[in-house]
Parts: sequence; C-alpha cells; structure tokens
Amino acid sequence: MIMGGIPQEHYEPKTNAEKWIHSRLPIVGLALDFLAFPTPKNLNWMWVWGVMLTIFLVIQIVTGVVLAMHYTPHVDMAFASIEHIMRDVNGGWLLRYIHMNGASFFFIAVYAHIFRSLYYGSYKAPREVTWIIGVLILLLMMATAFMGYVLPWGQMSFWGATVITNLFSAIPFVGDAIVTWLWGGFAVDNATLQRFFSLHYMLPFLILGLTIVHIWAFHTTGNNNPTGVEVRRDSIEVTKRDTLPFHPYYTIKDLFAVVVFLILFAAFVFFMPNYLGHPDNYIEANPLATPAHIVPEWYFLPFYAILRAVTFDILFIDSKLGGVLAMFGSIIVLALAPWLDTSKVRSGRYRPKFRLAFYVLIVDFFVLMWVGGMPAEQPYVLISQIATAYWFAYFLIILPMLGVSEKPEPVPATIEEDFDREHPVKSAKGMGDAVATPAE
Amino acid sequence: MNAFRKTLLAAVSAIALAGAAGAAEVETVIKDVRFTFEGPFGQYDQAQLQRGFQIYNEVCAACHGMRYVAFRHLGAETGPFFPEEQVQAIAAQWEFPREDDPSEMRPGQPFDYFPTPEYFGDGVPPDLSLMAKARAGFHGPQGTGINQLFRGIGGPEYIYSLMTGYADTPECAIDNEPNGYYNKAFAVGAFPDSCIDEHGHRMVPGSWIAMPQQLYDDLVDYADGTPATEHQLAMDIASFLMWTAEPKMMERKEAGLRNIVWLVVLAVLLYFTNKRIWAPVKREDG
Repeated sequence: MIMGGIPQEHYEPKTNAEKWIHSRLPIVGLALDFLAFPTPKNLNWMWVWGVMLTIFLVIQIVTGVVLAMHYTPHVDMAFASIEHIMRDVNGGWLLRYIHMNGASFFFIAVYAHIFRSLYYGSYKAPREVTWIIGVLILLLMMATAFMGYVLPWGQMSFWGATVITNLFSAIPFVGDAIVTWLWGGFAVDNATLQRFFSLHYMLPFLILGLTIVHIWAFHTTGNNNPTGVEVRRDSIEVTKRDTLPFHPYYTIKDLFAVVVFLILFAAFVFFMPNYLGHPDNYIEANPLATPAHIVPEWYFLPFYAILRAVTFDILFIDSKLGGVLAMFGSIIVLALAPWLDTSKVRSGRYRPKFRLAFYVLIVDFFVLMWVGGMPAEQPYVLISQIATAYWFAYFLIILPMLGVSEKPEPVPATIEEDFDREHPVKSAKGMGDAVATPAE
Repeated sequence: MNAFRKTLLAAVSAIALAGAAGAAEVETVIKDVRFTFEGPFGQYDQAQLQRGFQIYNEVCAACHGMRYVAFRHLGAETGPFFPEEQVQAIAAQWEFPREDDPSEMRPGQPFDYFPTPEYFGDGVPPDLSLMAKARAGFHGPQGTGINQLFRGIGGPEYIYSLMTGYADTPECAIDNEPNGYYNKAFAVGAFPDSCIDEHGHRMVPGSWIAMPQQLYDDLVDYADGTPATEHQLAMDIASFLMWTAEPKMMERKEAGLRNIVWLVVLAVLLYFTNKRIWAPVKREDG
C-alpha cells in the first residue's frame, strides 16, 4: 500500500504459517509486491542504469568493507598498507582494482542514468522528489569518491585533497576557519586522512539509504518511460495493458545488461587497471613536493572545468569564489530542472528542438571533461567558458523558453499504443479479414 | 617486432588552479620498446626478471632501495622464481638490526624488505619498488590512449628510455650547463634558460638529472650468457622493475581471461533467456 501508486495485485498469505508471519511482519509481501511492481512495458535499454548503479553500490560496499580490514588510515602507514594489500593480502590486488575501477564505472553509469532522465523528462512532475534525491545521491557519490581517492595517500591524493578543500576558503569571512575545521589542523594531515576514512566508510550507507528512498519515490509515481506518457491506473486490468511485472521481464533484461557492462569492467580491472588512474598516485604523498600536474579523476573533470572557467571577478565576487559558486551552481541547476522545464510534453522523443539542445548538452559535457584535463591556458580557457555558459544556458534559458516556443510532435495516447506500434500483432491483418468476411 | 618506434610526446602541462599560468611544455623522448608482458596474453620472462634483479643488485642497489619488496617475493612462481636457497643467500647480503637487541646486526632473512641505502650525494635517489607504475611514459590517458591494453602502461618504456637517454650536452647549454647530466627522457630536472627560445619553448627534449649514466655494454656478466648490451641491460632492468611494481600481473591476467570467458558465456545465456521471455509479449517467435 505504501508503494501503491499503481494498481497491482497484492500478495495474499495462504497457509496459516504465511498468515502468522504476515500479520506480524509483512516482509514477504513487501518483497513479492516489489518484484511484481507494474513496470511500463516499453522501457528501452537506457532504463538499465538504475539496477546497474545498485549493483555497483553493492560491489563498492563489499570490496570496501574488506579493504578496510587491511588498510591503515595513518599518514605514515596508509601508502604502505595499500602496497601490503596489493602484494601480500590474498586477492588483495583484485579487491583494490575492483574498488578503484568500480568508482569510475559507478560514475559512467550515473552519468548515463542522469542524461537518460534529462532526455525523457523523468525529472518532471510528478517525479521531482525522485530527481532531487538523485541529485543528492550524486553529490554524496562525489564526496565519497573524492575522499576515497585521498586514502591511498599518494601524491595526487594529497594534492587533490589540498586543492579541493582549499576551495572552501573562497567563502567570504569564514572560509579560512572552515578549511581549518575540515582539515582538523592547519594543513592536510593525519587528522584529515582519518576523518576522510571515517566518512568514506559512512557515506555509502547514506547513499544506500537514499537509494531506497529514491526507489520508494518512483514506485509511488510509477516509472517514467520513453513516451513520457503515464501508465493508466483506472483498474488493475487497464494498468496491465501498459505494464509488465518487474520480474521476470526486467530482472532478466537488466541482468543481461549488467553482465555486458561487467565484461567491459573486467577488461579494465584485469587488463588495464591503472588506465583511469594517475601515475603520480604511486608516489607516496610529500607535502614538500608539488606534482607538476594536479588533475582530478576523470569523472570530476567537467565540474573542474566549470570551476576554472571563471577567471574574472564579477562585481564584489572574486574569480575564486565565482568559480566555486559556478561549480556548485552547475549541480544546483540540475536539481531545479523540474521547475525550469516548462514543456507540457515530458519526453524528448516528441520535442525536435529540445532534442537538438539536448544533444548539444551531451557534447558540451564531453567538451567540459576534455578541457578539465587541459592546462589553464588559451584556447582551453575560452573553450571552457563557452562550454560553461552553454551548461547554464541549457537549464536557465533553453529549457524555460522551449516549453513555450516549441511545437511538439504528436504524443501517443497510451503506452500500449506505442508498444503495439513497435511490436504489431502479427496476424492483425488476417484477423481483420476473417472478421470482415461474414459481413459480406 | 624488436624494432622500436621512437615517439616524441609532450607531457601534459601543469594544471594550476587560481589562475596561475600553465608551465611550459616539457618534451621527452620515450622509446616504445616491446616487452614480453604487454597485452592481455603477455607474460613476464622469468630469465629476464632474474637478469634484471642482477642489475638491480649489482648497480642500482648502491643508491636505490625497494622498501615494498621483500626478499621472499623473489621466490614467487610468477616472478623471478629464484629457488629458496638463492633467496636466502640474496637476503643474507644485507644486514638488519636484531629484534631482541637493535644494537646488534643479523643477516637478512627472506621476510625482510630491501632496505633503503644511505646516500650522501646530490639529489634523492627515489625508491624503485613502484617506479614502473609511478611514471607515465606515454600510454594511458596521459599519453596515447586506449592502446595501453595492448602496449602496456608505459612505465617500463620510461625506465628504458631514461637508462638509454643520456646524450652529449646540447649546443645551447654548453656555456651554462646545469648540475647533473643531460637526459632526453627526464622531464623534471634542471633546464638552462639558454635552451628556451623567445616564445618560451624548450629547444631540446628532456632535462638534467642528478644520476649519471649507469648502463654500458658488458657492465655485468650474465650467468645465462645473454650478451649484456646497453639495450639488453635497460630492457632487463625495466622488466624487473615492472615486476616489482606489479608482482601479481600474471595472476591478474590469468584471472582476467577466466573471468571474461565466464562472463561472456553468462551474457550469451542471458541474451537468449531475455529474448525468450519477451517473445510472447513482443509477439515474436520464441
């Protein structure tokens, strides 16, 4: 019932034993109703990322918990304990490479998931809460990944931590005090490492909790789907014409997608585990030697580019604070998308102009990722400024304006109609003839 | 296959926050030599690892430690695979303070780690345990991209190129040569202003390194009779240092092949399961 936005047949305990447990703790019913949740039958392959992310969250938590058994969060021992894991712990190299690359694949999946939502308008009413929880999960993922990268205590760990925590010093008046508070001292040091370890262990469970709420929210509203047309809920019978039970249709489909993605993941873990990392992180942290190039992990590069794009002061806001505000702002505009998008049509499938703007946004994201890894010099600075401007323009100008100016294409009346057009009844013509014949 | 391709690649320039200008690009000469352990099926050459250890032992160990490598690791089946007695003998070349009385010394045991020697010269000889993973060479995102899968991570190429990268002082530096030795593969050393042109670009690759050239033809006598050319010595030490940086590479690749085959089989089964489950819904023939 709590989940019940969409009409579905609910679990009924039959035997006395089932009734006994069900009247005390309806957990079996909860699980079975969850598995049988009516899911739009026209979902395409872009709807696999949610399950993918859940699997990767579990992979990260399981490998992380075991790694924590062998890791030592101390500035004098952290780097050596990672090498101990790599060399002497049974299967330690595997655990660590899975965890390291798992973070990257987690972000590949989350970006795919986010852009799917942006394209099909999944963020729009009535799914704003699902969406905002999703943005919170993204922020927590970023914090977790950032702190995790600090734990090996390599050069890039240390200097990355120094650069990023220093961003908070841009806050007027209290900035320096906040940075000192974050560090637990006057530099990134042992206190910083230990609190990062503690938080890196804790935050994933917060992500897990928010994931459950995220799923709860869209089980209340029902899934979006490629048409953006809502599942009909007049009765169980009508709903069934638009939906299929999640199991087995989507459990098997998603599992297939997960395994294909895992093949790619395995190629990285086993054959180029350090491809996405930085060689400098195999040098132990040295506060006296700054690396020539301080580069964040690839999944932060788009936001890092936005941070660095603000090279000028705006009124009383200096460029440093401006950059920090732009970086956080680029995620805040994501959260505001449900209210910035004024279009009555949900799915980008029926919005030609929106589609164009959306594809440019994707290109924009990759351009930002590319310039984020480039030196802070021309022409990269200009490119990053143009790309940053587009990112904000997409959310603050294009989305509100297009809803008014654009003339959308016709939208199917129901999910069933869309599905039947895609998968026509084979003998429909013959049957029509058969019905027609006696009338002659 | 043995012929090597020379590649000139500019190192990625500095990314400075807070609007600081990027550092001038440093060009280095990294030679893309082929190692036996590159690619998904690549394997360490055990004899080569043993020769590489011999170079470390006779040349490098005078200045460079390997604090994450234990003597016992040398007996690893997927590494140099020295017999147990030989590992004992190697360990016994070094002395360690006694556990019960640190003022007394005892011979090294297999469980001890390669110590870091005291060094009194210029510069700081870095620890070599992880050197092959701690230098970019030219592969990976910092280099030429996804071909890391087939051509390795570039660290051993860097080591090879550094060992063979010594050259005569370039003309532009003759009148004001910095301390150290000119090396075409070394990126972060001293560099004279006289070799920087009016646009701020460096006129010669590399920079000046504190370590003099170490490898010369016939520097060591190989027990297995391999001719000890400079090229061979550099290949062997680079291979050995790849092993010290990634001692589980053979286990990793072997597990990788097993896992990927297994995952592909599972994916095929799931593909057909999925197709069959959906067939009635999609009005297809199951």
